Amino acid sequence: MNIAEHLPILVIVIPLMSAVIIPVAGRVNSIYSWYIAVAVTLSSFLVSLSLLNTVMDTGRISYWLGNWEPPWGIEYSIDYLNAYVLVVVSFIFFIVSLYARKSVEKEIDSSKITAFYSIFMLFVTGLMGIVITGDIFNLYVFIEIASLAGYALIAVGKKRNALMASYNYLILGTIAATFIVLGIGYLYMVTGTLNMIDLRDKLPMVYESKVVLTAFAFFTVGLSLKLALFPLHAWLPNAYTYAPSVVSAIMAATATKVGAYALLRVMFTVFKLEFDLQVVPVTKILIALALVAIVAGSVIAIAQTNIRRMLAYSSVGQIGYIVLGAALVNQSSITGSLLHILNHGLMKGSLFLVVGAVIYKTGVEDISGLRGMGKKMPFSMAAFTIAGLSMIGVPLTVGFVSKWYLALGALSADMWFIIPIILASSLLTAVYFWRIIEGIYFAEPVGAYPAAVAGYGKRKSGPKGSKPPKSKNSNENNGSFLKDDAPLGLIMPTLVLAALCIVFGVGAFIPVSVAEQAARMLLGGV
Amino acid sequence: MEAVKSAMPLYAIAVSLLAVVLIGISGKKPNLREFWTIAAGVLKFTIVASMLPLILEGNVIEYSLVSILPGLDIAFKVDALGMFFALTASFLWIVTSFYSIGYVRSLNEHAQTRYFMFFAVALSATIGVAFSANMFTTFVFYEMITFCTFPLVAHKGTTEALKGARRYLTYLLGTSVAFQLFAIFLTYNAAGTLDFTQHGILAGQGSDALLIAIFVLFMAGIAKAAVMPFHSWLPAAMVAPTPVSALLHAVAVVKTGVFVVLKVVLYIFGVNLLSELGVGTVLAYVASFTIIVASIIALRQDNLKRRLAYSTISQLSYVILGVALLTLSGITGSIMHIVLHAFAKITLFFTAGAIYVAAHKTRVSELDGIGKQMPFTMAAFTVGAFSMIGIPPFGGFLSKWYIGIGAIEAGQLPIIAVIVASTILNAAYFLPIVYAAFFKELPAGEKAKRREAPSLMVIPLTITAIVTLALFIWPSVFLELARMAVAGAM
Repeated sequence: MNIAEHLPILVIVIPLMSAVIIPVAGRVNSIYSWYIAVAVTLSSFLVSLSLLNTVMDTGRISYWLGNWEPPWGIEYSIDYLNAYVLVVVSFIFFIVSLYARKSVEKEIDSSKITAFYSIFMLFVTGLMGIVITGDIFNLYVFIEIASLAGYALIAVGKKRNALMASYNYLILGTIAATFIVLGIGYLYMVTGTLNMIDLRDKLPMVYESKVVLTAFAFFTVGLSLKLALFPLHAWLPNAYTYAPSVVSAIMAATATKVGAYALLRVMFTVFKLEFDLQVVPVTKILIALALVAIVAGSVIAIAQTNIRRMLAYSSVGQIGYIVLGAALVNQSSITGSLLHILNHGLMKGSLFLVVGAVIYKTGVEDISGLRGMGKKMPFSMAAFTIAGLSMIGVPLTVGFVSKWYLALGALSADMWFIIPIILASSLLTAVYFWRIIEGIYFAEPVGAYPAAVAGYGKRKSGPKGSKPPKSKNSNENNGSFLKDDAPLGLIMPTLVLAALCIVFGVGAFIPVSVAEQAARMLLGGV
Repeated sequence: MEAVKSAMPLYAIAVSLLAVVLIGISGKKPNLREFWTIAAGVLKFTIVASMLPLILEGNVIEYSLVSILPGLDIAFKVDALGMFFALTASFLWIVTSFYSIGYVRSLNEHAQTRYFMFFAVALSATIGVAFSANMFTTFVFYEMITFCTFPLVAHKGTTEALKGARRYLTYLLGTSVAFQLFAIFLTYNAAGTLDFTQHGILAGQGSDALLIAIFVLFMAGIAKAAVMPFHSWLPAAMVAPTPVSALLHAVAVVKTGVFVVLKVVLYIFGVNLLSELGVGTVLAYVASFTIIVASIIALRQDNLKRRLAYSTISQLSYVILGVALLTLSGITGSIMHIVLHAFAKITLFFTAGAIYVAAHKTRVSELDGIGKQMPFTMAAFTVGAFSMIGIPPFGGFLSKWYIGIGAIEAGQLPIIAVIVASTILNAAYFLPIVYAAFFKELPAGEKAKRREAPSLMVIPLTITAIVTLALFIWPSVFLELARMAVAGAM
């Protein structure tokens, strides 16, 4: 048998096995666990790319686990939608793994590093599994794997608050999982099947039944909790704020996106379009919630002083965009929603990685900690600026592309009033990002840092060295190539994500070509 | 008319972006760094000017850089109107560069490298706007100008400078995102394209209500044109160093605003459609209001740069007024006013900067007798002021003449009264300065000794003053370009 035929299962098996191997290898030297994590995430990414390539060439891939024929056996079903999401998610895993080494050494007890990578691989397994599976119970299993791993990842940091944040997430996450499994149970009760495509065929006969309606409600609420749709976002800010930097980056860039993917799957694959549009007013409710999320997330973000919490609330708003695109249910809007899964992953991933680098260098998490950083950490701050502008939605960045499609989607759906809300949220985003960007380049750095590094804060002294404007002469500053910036291991991955914000902003047709196909597929049947 | 495919417009834009890199890496060698600025300026002007013959023969030059999405292309098209603007901006960049060098070195300004880098980016973006082939490209460069001029406006880094710069950004970014982008969405949704086309793309593409809404959104979204009530960013931006105020807030930024208004009126809507909708007249009266009110406010400003800023607001609305009349002469006058006001106003800003550098004076009330100390500077000021007022033989007369004729053609006689009133107001806020400078006594304790600013500043302002005069006598190239642009659009 050809190995290429088994690529779908490799997406799951490789990270799963590595979760076992890492603790063993880590006993020899904890650095091996990092090597393995990088190798695993890289291979996941390559496999995902290859799957996407196959889907583009030959259409949907159906992989039968243990060769059991669906609907009896578990099927891994890969089409444009999940191939796309797999590539996005696995790429971010890979980039963040590259970044993880130094940051993890700093933020996590050395005795826990091996365990961290092992759990990280379980988390990868879970999220990749959610995306690849075509079986709804299997989906639940992977949601649980990812969630349990997620609780542990959040709690692993040195901060005590992390335990509280993790516990909160655990409670809400468990409620969500319960809802989802109840929904699955009800669907199984009326149809006797767990295969998504099979469900799609069998459900229309019982669309009007109370059981199916209840199941759908359970799914919607459960998944909304998972993807932190306002007002079910309560777990998210603390989780992102107190988790180790690497974990915040992964969670923000992948976990909620996968939640959004699951919602799309349930809405458009398990259930048919007419159910969403005619049987229950779910799209109207989701549009309303998404719009509230978009505005509220941005407004609350403005009020934050902790930069990670600010980014977290910003995520709440951005998730609103993704849900909005899905709920508007047309070609442009769903394309926009899918693009935003990638685009927001790149932007927010990059931002969290920059914050991680600043914490690495200075230990400061307050927004004021970025003041005057433009000349001390020029590369990290350049990445922050690019990603920040992208969040605002400046043209030629990815943020603009998402908003373009969402706006066209709103017009296609005859809901022009959504556009002012999108634009207003862009301006609110500009308020909280520009405040920071301005501080980075135009403000004086704050005094002492908790974790100041030797040689930090040295400045070329001149006759007018004490005069504030003089020190802004960043280009006249002597110093090494990196100046006082974080090590290359932290900078490079950050810059890659930031650069992609521009690459896919200018070369938008690359992700768009896939996202459009996926949207067409979601709207037009399987 | 023939469309020539050529990458020249791209080179014209890219040359100053390349200079940004060179300026950045030679930050420690000021002379080399300034050489790059000047070289890029000269090269840019040469490239722009080299396209002139083709344009004058009635061709357009097209170049498509990249297609981001279907309907969203970064593409360039050099036509008479764009050439008109690009020639003005790129020529004035050279002059301003010399002036900037004199200014920042005399005052020993900080962060000079950053200053010259962002200046170069701003010019790239300005030429980008001039040569845009569609509204999306225009929007990209429009926003680029907003962002890359922020560091220039906030240059001093003081609380006051940052406050002014924030207001600048809030107005320009706020309106462009909230209104202009909204209008772009609606336009694309209605017309299916954003390309600038000879007689507009929106005719018959939607209900009158929708088209009027789009027009209002566009006009509100182009705050760089500083039409009231979206004008207050301009006085706030006067915290910038004077060369920045001169080039950006007399030419690049504000002229980008009115230029985009022209493009929207001529190539998105088209003159015919706007006449049918009847919104031109409304715009003409909004512009008239701005002309008069801004002039009255200018009267009351004691800070010289602020007085010039309000004068700019007033003069920009002449451009808007001319185009809003939707007649041949009106639009010609409007286009001519772009270049005529640019040279006169940059001269005035240059003199304001020269006075600040040489005498450390910023207020109108301090200028008594300064003509004895700075005769060249104040002579140039007088030329600029007379051109603003519109006295022949100074450039400003021409555009007012055309706009006046345009008003008669459109049957809007009240507009003539507006022009007359504004001329009187202009005289009222400029002539006292000229009078005080030359005929009043110096304050006690100051000697009538010659103390001009460095020649790197005085020569540029003399040149722009001479051009202001020359444009009245030989307006031919610009007038020809303006006529071609109008002929194409009518």
